[in-house]
Amino acid sequence: MGEWTMLTVLKRGFFTTVQDQGRYGYQKDGVVVSGVLDDYAHRIANYLVGNCENSPTLEITLNGPQLQFHIDAIIAICGGNLSPSINGRPLPMWKSILIKKDTVISFGKCLAGARSYLAVSGGFHVPKVMKSASTYVRGKFGGVDGRTLQLNDKLTFGPIRKLNKRIFEKLTESTVANWSVPYQCIYSNKLIRVMKGRQYEKFTDISRTNFFKSPYTITTESDRMGYRLKGIPLALQRDEEMLSEAVTFGTIQITTDGQPIILLADRQTTGGYPKIAQVASVDFPSLAQMKPGDRIDFEFITIEKAQQLLRQRERYLQLMKTGICLKYS
Amino acid sequence: MNFQLYPMGDHALLLEFGKVIDSEIHQQIQKVTNVLDHSPPSWMIEYIPAFTTVTIIYKPTEILYKDACLELNKIVLNIEEHNEINQHIVPIPVCYGDEFGPDLEFVADVNNLTKEEVMNIHANGNYLVYMIGFSPGFPYIGGMSERIAAPRKKSPRLNIAAGSVGIAGKQTGIYSIDSPGGWQIIGRTPLRLFQIDKQKPAFLKAGDKIKFIPISRDEYHEWVNGQC
Repeated sequence: MGEWTMLTVLKRGFFTTVQDQGRYGYQKDGVVVSGVLDDYAHRIANYLVGNCENSPTLEITLNGPQLQFHIDAIIAICGGNLSPSINGRPLPMWKSILIKKDTVISFGKCLAGARSYLAVSGGFHVPKVMKSASTYVRGKFGGVDGRTLQLNDKLTFGPIRKLNKRIFEKLTESTVANWSVPYQCIYSNKLIRVMKGRQYEKFTDISRTNFFKSPYTITTESDRMGYRLKGIPLALQRDEEMLSEAVTFGTIQITTDGQPIILLADRQTTGGYPKIAQVASVDFPSLAQMKPGDRIDFEFITIEKAQQLLRQRERYLQLMKTGICLKYS
Repeated sequence: MNFQLYPMGDHALLLEFGKVIDSEIHQQIQKVTNVLDHSPPSWMIEYIPAFTTVTIIYKPTEILYKDACLELNKIVLNIEEHNEINQHIVPIPVCYGDEFGPDLEFVADVNNLTKEEVMNIHANGNYLVYMIGFSPGFPYIGGMSERIAAPRKKSPRLNIAAGSVGIAGKQTGIYSIDSPGGWQIIGRTPLRLFQIDKQKPAFLKAGDKIKFIPISRDEYHEWVNGQC
């Protein structure tokens, strides 16, 4: 064990990666953004341990890893409920928790959502690639050697800030904070709000109706790049080859076989399939907590309303950040 | 400059300068991105240039849709006409057909050509890199003869090897990393178009001119071994 090892991976789990808020600024070179899928859970987890909101967290998918801590640390787990436990006892979510040296954290059944975010005081420390810690598995770069966590991986945490230290001191008595975040239950079951995509009007009337009125199911051919959906096929009024242009998080493309793909964090920077819709940013966390087999219903929202809701969400997050800061001052 | 503004959801705006691949339009886009490089608006996260469009990703927490439109209009209308264009010719060796180009036959069939004819037409074109996109370092290349145009695959392949040279509609391109994709694959280059450890990770940039050089299977393997 190296001098600087603070955490060892005892079991690797299904798909766990180090992510921050993404690798922005290089899309003109075709570099994929990556970053957390559920920015809401990621940010709250970071606030709870006293980190900056861009500090790298672990994004844990469906079946979590087993992690052994070699030092005392403050952690928080937010997002989907993957039954976290500590030395065999259930571990509360949306709370600041003091983890003692040699403690083992495990995950069990996926009870709700699909992805948990584990933040640790100081953040997970990995070399930055193009200014970001985010793992892009397909490109094999970022995070831990550009891949998912593996058995026996050793991780270290970043430098401690004043706030990290204050939270640590407050919790040394009680281990688990006697309060948790009064987090708004923002995760919708299946409803996803969308704006019209650039080629929306080019789809047939019946396709436009079906897109909003019929359900779509997330298939197993889905990952951090995008969700492939299955439902009533959609068609353009007439076939045309489209010039490739930019796509973003939440762009819904229709492939030539008529099925939608919702693009996510590991999406390509540009694409050539027609875009029927664009998911409202405020619903990205809900999208992130869906999994193969889940049903999605799309509902129309205007750009103005979507931006208004996003600003409300941002005010709430800022309030929470300030509140946590005050709690530990 | 003639352009249209379109929203892309609640956090992006798209400037469109035309509907066809054209070197004039390409130059207009280069001018816009130059201005965005030199004086980036505070509310912009980044921009993504493409054949006929520039997409601006912005922070809706800092600027609302309508105001972003107004600001962008102002920026583009104030651009002064001035000329700068790089004329850099980059040779790209390609091994066509067989296991490196499983769709060469399909492209030949839809165009009533032989595989050799497709290869010759592809290798004798004058090409311009219009944009880098889709995946790290992936060049979208204009200038391909319409005689070898071919539709995208009905459903994208789940994995295409890095270096694969493909055709989609009237475009040709090169896969820079292993990735899924819907292009018809006609050959493969031994060059590495994206290397994370290089100071400039992308081998090509928008504005480069390129020339495809057909190579044999042996030359391909020699090249790959030489790189190690």
